[in-house]
Amino acid sequence: MRLRDIAHCRSGDKGNTLNIAVIARDPEDYDLLCRDVTPERVAEFLRDKVKGRVTRYEVPTLGALNFVLEEALSGGVVGSLTLDTHGKSMSSALLGLPIGDTLDRDGG
Amino acid sequence: MTAIRIGAGAGFSGDRIDPAVDLAQRGELDFLIFECLAERTIAQAQLNRLSDPEGGFDPHLEARMRAVLPVCHANGTRIISNMGAANPLAAARHIAKVAKDLGLRGLRIAAVTGDDVLAYCRSSLPDLDNGLNFTEIAASAISANAYIGAGPIVEALDKGADVVLTGRAADPALFLAPLIYSFGWRMDDWDRLGKGTLAGHLLECAGQISGGYFADPGFNDVPDLANLGFPIGVIDAEGGIEITKLPRTGGAIRLATVKQQILYEILDPARYLQPDVIADFSNVAVEQIGPDHVRVSGATGHPRTGKVKATISYHDGYIGEGQISYAGPGAVARAELARSVIRQRLEPLGLRESRVDLIGLDALHGPLSSAAADPNEVRLRAIGRSDCKDAAGMVGQEVEALYTNGPAGGGGAWKSVRATLSLCSALLDECVVDPDVTFFEAETSCV
Repeated sequence: MRLRDIAHCRSGDKGNTLNIAVIARDPEDYDLLCRDVTPERVAEFLRDKVKGRVTRYEVPTLGALNFVLEEALSGGVVGSLTLDTHGKSMSSALLGLPIGDTLDRDGG
Repeated sequence: MTAIRIGAGAGFSGDRIDPAVDLAQRGELDFLIFECLAERTIAQAQLNRLSDPEGGFDPHLEARMRAVLPVCHANGTRIISNMGAANPLAAARHIAKVAKDLGLRGLRIAAVTGDDVLAYCRSSLPDLDNGLNFTEIAASAISANAYIGAGPIVEALDKGADVVLTGRAADPALFLAPLIYSFGWRMDDWDRLGKGTLAGHLLECAGQISGGYFADPGFNDVPDLANLGFPIGVIDAEGGIEITKLPRTGGAIRLATVKQQILYEILDPARYLQPDVIADFSNVAVEQIGPDHVRVSGATGHPRTGKVKATISYHDGYIGEGQISYAGPGAVARAELARSVIRQRLEPLGLRESRVDLIGLDALHGPLSSAAADPNEVRLRAIGRSDCKDAAGMVGQEVEALYTNGPAGGGGAWKSVRATLSLCSALLDECVVDPDVTFFEAETSCV
């Protein structure tokens, strides 16, 4: 199972910092999100793009986690040489994160 | 007044115009708001103003106003927008002319100024978030604009403005202002200011809450994106928020679309820093109360920090770019060969930075993409930055030269070189920003 199977995401940018909101489709899956989508795993999964700290904020009333990824945009919208200067497509990248059974089987 | 209806007419400068016209016609709106000013937009606007003293406002201002002013005037809907960009006074003068053309005599247009803090930065030399001090970019600085809060917009509404045009204002403040004005909220009523900020934050990206930027076929299906309806916020005096859209429009307003927008561009949900308040979204709840109709509750607020953010732009060299495509069997291998050739050719140019990506393979997500099967076509994209325009221009020339010097079958080469602006920000004491409101009327001669 991948994150896309139980959650949807949207990313946004502030300078060189990116946020990715990860939202459970079914609020009952929020605990699974909290268990498997840790800041450490997100930092490891996106290590080629994110050079700074990864912080996770929990918003249980929305069944959502908000990840703040520092130094993630190669300098931000205007300065960056990357094709996706806003990091808009990073939300879709994170949806490929293995979770649940897949994670347990692969040993993380 | 029990509740007011606010329509979101644009989520960025280049947004569709027809959904805003539909809102103006059928939305029974008290206010129609156009949020059109991204961080980078104001830097370009400032360059335009430097070349034309009556320029520097949003390039779509006139088209938008011509499309909605007559119906808004007839319905008593007041308009608020940051389309003044780098020159709100010229924008207001221009719209006074447009209103006169349209026969809307007596229309009152207010310009909110005071966000331009470039002169202040040149004298106070603040530290910047990119680790530099203003001194180091002073010679190449183009613009510095502080985020203005709701106060001067409320003042403009109090004085009877039908249209309010600002420069750099905090996006949610465009929506918070009509709430403060309509309900008489105090500027230290932190909870209500926090709720009003949430309303603004939900609406400021227009179609992004009504099903835009959400569809993922088979997972998140959205009907009729080609006719996406823009949202209406119905907000009461206590800060209760309902989000809906017009019947017979495309898109969808669901718990999922609203949740995505609540957290869009948010860092700590408990501390959304705004010039008027620290809004707290950490306990926000959503409830579907009808088709395309969601209630949002639970936002609060805390006293503002007393600091305002200013975005600063400066000239920062040149970017050169070139692209070329490879397709068919072995496309990736030939593109990889081209990439290694380009890297070798760029090496002696001494570029400040450069990268060569293969669009279709690794341009967006880097090595994350490498597990996928080889695509039938890929596009090489080389890009580099230099303080020297000629060196930057060589990036595109080297890509073009792959036609006769590179791997077989490259096609569709394209190149460009452009001057670049970099952005950074500084935190300033709020007292250094001194906003002003200037009125123009449609019957006034506005030469």
